[in-house]
Amino acid sequence: MVTPAPGDYQSVPMTMAAIKIADAWDPAKDEAAGDQCKSYGAPALLRVPEHLHITWQDDQTLRMDADAGKQTRLFHFGDWKAPGGAQGDAGPTLQGDSVAQWEIQRAGPRPVNGSLKVTTSHLKAGYLRKNGVPYSENAGLTEYYDLVKERNGDLLMVVTIVVTDPMYLREPFIISSHFKKQDGDAGWNPTACSARW
Amino acid sequence: MTRNKMSLSLAMLLCVAFPALAEIDLSGSWTAKNHEDNMERGAGPNPDDWAGLPFNEAGREKALSFSQSTISMPERICWFQTQWHIAAGPFSLKIWSENDPLTGKINAWVLGGWETRAPMTIWMDGRPHPSKNAPHDQTGFTTGSWNGDVLTAYTTHIKTGYMRRNGAPSSDQATITITFMRHGDMLTLALVMEDPVYLTEPYILTRSYMSTPTPVAVAGPPCIVGYEGVEEGRVPHYLPAKNPFIDEMDKIYHIPREASLGGAETMYPDFRDKIKDKFVIPPKCTRNCGAPVPGQN
Repeated sequence: MVTPAPGDYQSVPMTMAAIKIADAWDPAKDEAAGDQCKSYGAPALLRVPEHLHITWQDDQTLRMDADAGKQTRLFHFGDWKAPGGAQGDAGPTLQGDSVAQWEIQRAGPRPVNGSLKVTTSHLKAGYLRKNGVPYSENAGLTEYYDLVKERNGDLLMVVTIVVTDPMYLREPFIISSHFKKQDGDAGWNPTACSARW
Repeated sequence: MTRNKMSLSLAMLLCVAFPALAEIDLSGSWTAKNHEDNMERGAGPNPDDWAGLPFNEAGREKALSFSQSTISMPERICWFQTQWHIAAGPFSLKIWSENDPLTGKINAWVLGGWETRAPMTIWMDGRPHPSKNAPHDQTGFTTGSWNGDVLTAYTTHIKTGYMRRNGAPSSDQATITITFMRHGDMLTLALVMEDPVYLTEPYILTRSYMSTPTPVAVAGPPCIVGYEGVEEGRVPHYLPAKNPFIDEMDKIYHIPREASLGGAETMYPDFRDKIKDKFVIPPKCTRNCGAPVPGQN
């Protein structure tokens, strides 16, 4: 709900190198460097209190917009390849390159259930938590998106999040978030990144 | 964690309402990955930390009357938590099936118990829930059904208990729905509590486990009642407006009282706007700071 205190690293399996970096967290420095969005990267974005807007950008690309930090993630289906080589590589980005695939349970030809698996790489270094818990450019992100229907009819999207980082995590960091579907866009409030809030 | 909202869903994309035809095996030992809600799943939450709980006024007032010494009453020392402790407790899971000896068909899935929680038997044989007038206990009565490879369990007939170990109450009218979602070696549970007595809308937690070859013990040692400082017959409590910890979350984390005392609006992101102007990042953490030492989760 709010920014944790400096030095509050509860539950995160950090390496000593990560603790050293987090202990030096200074939001003023991030602001001066134009790095207010370091805690809005893909590994942390679904932990930020926010609204999401999910649409198809085209037949092979699912787009997720978050009002917090005005961030956009693109989930690429099919045999999509990250731009590079002769096309030029823009370098790692806050939201990285995400490849998506459906994991469909079938009984014969009929689908009976399914999840969306999203694998993200090519990430720019950022924060797992607003108070400076770092992940590196070597971090990897795997997510599973499931829908759960509540007894009262509400629909939840449950996201299981697995972050790996050989530099700053001693083991995969596994957490889950849930979102409640709403009919309209009430509350949608795009706001700029903040290094403090 | 704070519940978020999405304005357009994947509902048209992910299939959620097909008949059960693709059941999967849940049996085995599952290690709890307590990489979030550390205090709630560890030593216990701070007193009067009810942010994100959709309390009604009765729930809040009952919680404010709670003294942690309650659990040291001789009558309560060996009192089981309800099945909600799966969501809010620290422990790993052992799951197995109970099969019909003649047909091999699975009659029930069982989640092994802990020293503080009774086993949960999820009946899969289509039996109905008991009459609403049937006795309640901490175990409750649970039935399950498959939707493809997703198991949903529904628990009724539980006794009064706690949603959080700091006294956030649940009533004997509460029900619990658990959705089991397996992704390879990972198991994620979505737990939903509905309680018409103390909540205005469902309370939801999710958590994940990893499959492990190390056997998870299914029960701790027997509980033995001893003297823990509360004499028999005394009921520790706080009278209205006398709870000394009401501003504890403000002191430690700068989370104002209007947030820490809960209520449905504190589950949603919009609530942050109400407290934004009052919030100042707290000073450096001095207790319960983590990170876990090597070898811990």
